[in-house]
Amino acid sequence: MDYLDHLEAEAIYILREVAGQFEKPALLFSGGKDSITLVHLAKKAFRPGKFPFPLVHIDTGHNFPETIAFRDSLIEEIGEKLIVGYVQDSIDQGKVVEQKGKNASRNALQTVTLLETISKHGFDACIGGARRDEEKARAKERIFSVRDEFGQWDPKRQRPELWSIFNGKINKGENVRVFPISNWTELDVWNYIKREQIALPSIYFSHEREVITRNGQLMAAAPFLNMDADDVIETKSVRFRTVGDMTCTAAVDSTAIALDDIIAEIKASTVSERGARMDDKVSEAAMEERKKQGYF
Amino acid sequence: MNILKFITAGSVDDGKSTLIGRLLYDTNSILDDQLEAIQRANRKNDDGTVDLAILTDGLKAEREQGITIDVAYKYFQTDRRKYIIADAPGHIQYTRNMVTGASNSELIIILVDARKGVIEQTKRHSFIAKLLAMKQVLVCVNKMDMVDYSAAVFEQIKNDYQQLAANLGLQDVDFIPVSALKGDNIVHKSERMLWYSGESLLDYLENVEIHENQAANWRFPVQWVVRPQTDDLHDYRGYAGRVLGEGLTVGDQVIIYPSETYSTVKAIEFNGLQLDRAENGQSVILHLTDDVDISRGDTIANVEKQPKFERNIQANVCWFDNKPLDTEQIYLLQSHSKLTKIKIVDVLYKFDINTQEKVFDETIKLNDIGRIAIKSAENLVFDLQAENAANSQAIVIDPRTNLTVGALMIQAVD
Repeated sequence: MDYLDHLEAEAIYILREVAGQFEKPALLFSGGKDSITLVHLAKKAFRPGKFPFPLVHIDTGHNFPETIAFRDSLIEEIGEKLIVGYVQDSIDQGKVVEQKGKNASRNALQTVTLLETISKHGFDACIGGARRDEEKARAKERIFSVRDEFGQWDPKRQRPELWSIFNGKINKGENVRVFPISNWTELDVWNYIKREQIALPSIYFSHEREVITRNGQLMAAAPFLNMDADDVIETKSVRFRTVGDMTCTAAVDSTAIALDDIIAEIKASTVSERGARMDDKVSEAAMEERKKQGYF
Repeated sequence: MNILKFITAGSVDDGKSTLIGRLLYDTNSILDDQLEAIQRANRKNDDGTVDLAILTDGLKAEREQGITIDVAYKYFQTDRRKYIIADAPGHIQYTRNMVTGASNSELIIILVDARKGVIEQTKRHSFIAKLLAMKQVLVCVNKMDMVDYSAAVFEQIKNDYQQLAANLGLQDVDFIPVSALKGDNIVHKSERMLWYSGESLLDYLENVEIHENQAANWRFPVQWVVRPQTDDLHDYRGYAGRVLGEGLTVGDQVIIYPSETYSTVKAIEFNGLQLDRAENGQSVILHLTDDVDISRGDTIANVEKQPKFERNIQANVCWFDNKPLDTEQIYLLQSHSKLTKIKIVDVLYKFDINTQEKVFDETIKLNDIGRIAIKSAENLVFDLQAENAANSQAIVIDPRTNLTVGALMIQAVD
């Protein structure tokens, strides 16, 4: 089998294990390329049947408008159920407090909204698009990753995962995060998107955008970036390598307008994909700490 | 382009982390921001070069508490292959980590320190390779720079290892002399060992062909039944699963377990397309000619090459839990999509992992490997490891904690 066929077959197998082993699974959908790839894989796993799970989006309110438009048209096309958890609701209800200052972001707040959404709907398994090549805490994550009733990841209590046998047995209150594309790299995802002709939000491709430079990174100019007189707005040709919240996802200078251009750019790149994520730069163990709290 | 999954066995002292770091570094798989992190940590070798071992260092939780968390997976690719490295670190819990990593690998790299030769640890690693029926063994004799790149030292270790391999019954063993620290024979052929006529490590990995079992012994554990129940697909009933083994073809006569009924493969469907045949590892949907009652956990198999269907079995087990194996307790056995209640009725013997000898001791504790007799609540569908390793594997779950407490490799019908 070709390597993409192998990765695809493995991911489909994992998605079907989720359907078979859990009562109430959900697919966490961010609007980024990895979760869009998961939706494509779910079609291959379950069509002509319906998905045995809804899509769940945690909306920070600070999204790229292109991502939301894409999400809504994708949902319409596939005819599956979408559940949205709003960070704004958690703020309004006083469950989280908005960060202040110039670098304020809702990235950390969405963990609370995510855990609330999981508990409100009683999800026992949440499928996510995280990959082990992204970050060193992710490299140690299992494919079936058990979280306690507080949503916490305990790296010391991970179950050994042997062959392709996944133990999804959990105690009451616990849930499992499942990562079907754990073994894919960024380049694998792009090669697969190209091969399968998967549509993506336009911000992944080069476009003209108003940006400001902060901490050496290009950030899309947006009202919730708390801009002040020091911030100089420029118009540049940019694209985004990952799609998160607008406050924590930096753009890269790029003229890549087609998938082939993007693939060439990634092959030549000397910076990893998460090098443009402000949320990972807080400390050396930033991702590990967030995961322990219940982050994706 | 295909995938090669391998595990590296050895401790930090053998230069395992340096070897992996070197492979990643020299194939340009490490990017600037990751290198920056290494430089920030400011760890240098004696000669001032960056310490590549740090690339495989663990999490904050591990560093702070001096523990190791079973296996980390690392990735790199060339134009020819995508590589998945299972990096099983640490001295404590070593057996558990290595068994886990090896179960997800096709090839094992066993590191031998050129100064020390074949030692107890080498035997331990090789025993686990045999236990898990690993398809290919590569012995890297490392730290050749410390023995003046001596051909005689390499040949002596090679001879010693071949003796060990013969004793264990390991086939398909190859040897490469390397220095991970200096980069000799890792990516490029070393000019300091002109006496060595074989490939560099990377060339070897690029070219090695993993020996696959080609017998037409496919099995199809059903994961999920696709039933749209819409007006236009009212009678649609497809069995979704992943093919285990070779030879699944439309028209094959099949037997279905546990009902032991017979039917024929009417169609193999993938992504709305009809296939004539499906390969080992493919995820597809099967349609049968007869309307039989099949649900998740059932197995469809080639009637010409039937699996075993028995309640009493003997298996090798590797134990992962702090609580020792309890012969009074009911456990769950999970093989593919099937969960079955079992009792471990007898511990036949244990292996002394250092001498590979049988020890008649009935307590199986964390990291122990032994031979056990199992009685199952219902018949299990399986093959013996010697005949079809992929269908001889299972995990043991403790229903009190839901933890995975053991890895099983079925050896015999009891």
